[in-house]
Amino acid sequence: MKKKEVPQDPSSLNNFTKELCYAVDETGKYTTDLSTGWNVKTSALDVAWKDIEKRIADAKSKVLQGEVSPILYYMELKLMDMAILSAYTGFFKWTIKRHLKPGKFNKLSDKKLKIYADVFEVSIHKLKNIELNES
Amino acid sequence: MKADFRHVQAAHCENGVTVNLLRQEGVKQITEPLAFGIGSGLFYIYIPLLKINNGPAIAFRTMPGLVFKRTCKALDIPVVRKTFSSKENARTFLDQQLAEGRAVGCQVGVYFLTYFPKEYRFHFNAHNLIVYGKEQDRYLISDPVMETVTSLSDYELERVRFAKGALAPKGQIYFPQKASVVTDEQIKKAIISGIKRNVRDMLRIPGNIAGVSGIKYTANKIKRWRDSLGLDTSKLYLAQLVRMQEEIGTGGGGFRYIYGAFLQESHSYIPKDELLEISQLFTKSGDLWRDAAVQSAGIYKGRLSSQEDFNTVSNYLYEIADIEKQAFTALSKIKW
Repeated sequence: MKKKEVPQDPSSLNNFTKELCYAVDETGKYTTDLSTGWNVKTSALDVAWKDIEKRIADAKSKVLQGEVSPILYYMELKLMDMAILSAYTGFFKWTIKRHLKPGKFNKLSDKKLKIYADVFEVSIHKLKNIELNES
Repeated sequence: MKADFRHVQAAHCENGVTVNLLRQEGVKQITEPLAFGIGSGLFYIYIPLLKINNGPAIAFRTMPGLVFKRTCKALDIPVVRKTFSSKENARTFLDQQLAEGRAVGCQVGVYFLTYFPKEYRFHFNAHNLIVYGKEQDRYLISDPVMETVTSLSDYELERVRFAKGALAPKGQIYFPQKASVVTDEQIKKAIISGIKRNVRDMLRIPGNIAGVSGIKYTANKIKRWRDSLGLDTSKLYLAQLVRMQEEIGTGGGGFRYIYGAFLQESHSYIPKDELLEISQLFTKSGDLWRDAAVQSAGIYKGRLSSQEDFNTVSNYLYEIADIEKQAFTALSKIKW
């Protein structure tokens, strides 16, 4: 990449920082320049976020239809998977799998609900009622 | 308490932490390309079956932590590295180091890293930053990928130091201990051993998922993605490939340029003109990684969608594998 080709596209980094890039000058010598962003990268990130939004929406409708417990919705909302949720809550993955069943979830003690609520940064009331979580 | 510290921006977080900490210890010669090359940072691996953020697990650089470790070792600089099971002990230890006027490296997770833009905050736990002081309950932070320094509260720092999941940092702190003066002769030796190790990593790891053969393995996979995964999932996969390649703190195409810069800088320590010629091959490889990203973007943005378009991405990767093989083979043949 030539120094004058270092991309200067708008990106979500714009109010945060510029990125340092290595590129060659006219004489072929390596130098650095700052980049505001590259649209190829920005759109790759957009693709990832669109997928996350879709996962959240899917989880939400499954919860509202009573197919699965609210844990799935909050797990997707916080970009977690089973392994990450297991690490944050201290529950085994198979325990979480059981808690994903609405029947099991409704019988959970407040103590266990609080562990989930703390990890998801919501109240127990909101954990149980995802329609209240519109942020 | 505040260490005498100067923030220098870097392309990649671990290179940056290594450079900034070593400069603090008086290693004047160290630069980002030198740290990256001496630490044999260039790599490629596609780990089959494992999924990250529901996409393929691909890395363009060596394991987190190795650039710092190898660079210090090559320059005979002892390193302190500590992880903690207790948050209190982790904080006390950090405060002690700061009280002694020492800046330290910390491994952190970015999901709760408040100063990062939300779009970048995934559960990624191998980010590195430097804590260089504490003023009125705020820790002074030098994040090497940022232009300027910033700060975090007690709670914010503790949260990122104890992020959980894969590669959980466990409060990890690391720093070089007082170094004796590093001579140019030492740098020269370190460059040679760094290059040799990188040749091994890219050409001689058994199996077909790592190094140059890993790039070919990925090229093969990409050809089949459209049929085996369907168009929508293959778009996600290609976007993930580009993100791993070009995102902050992961590099990729960018890493090839840093390696090219490293070989140029090496030339002033070891005046062998092969280094300059091979440097150009890495520039070429970096350019091709970028071309592959542009072509992939055509697909994940929906402008391109045929099997032929996937083949084009795949062919770029075959070409890259050939060039990188040529470059590392040439490096392996240099008589030092």
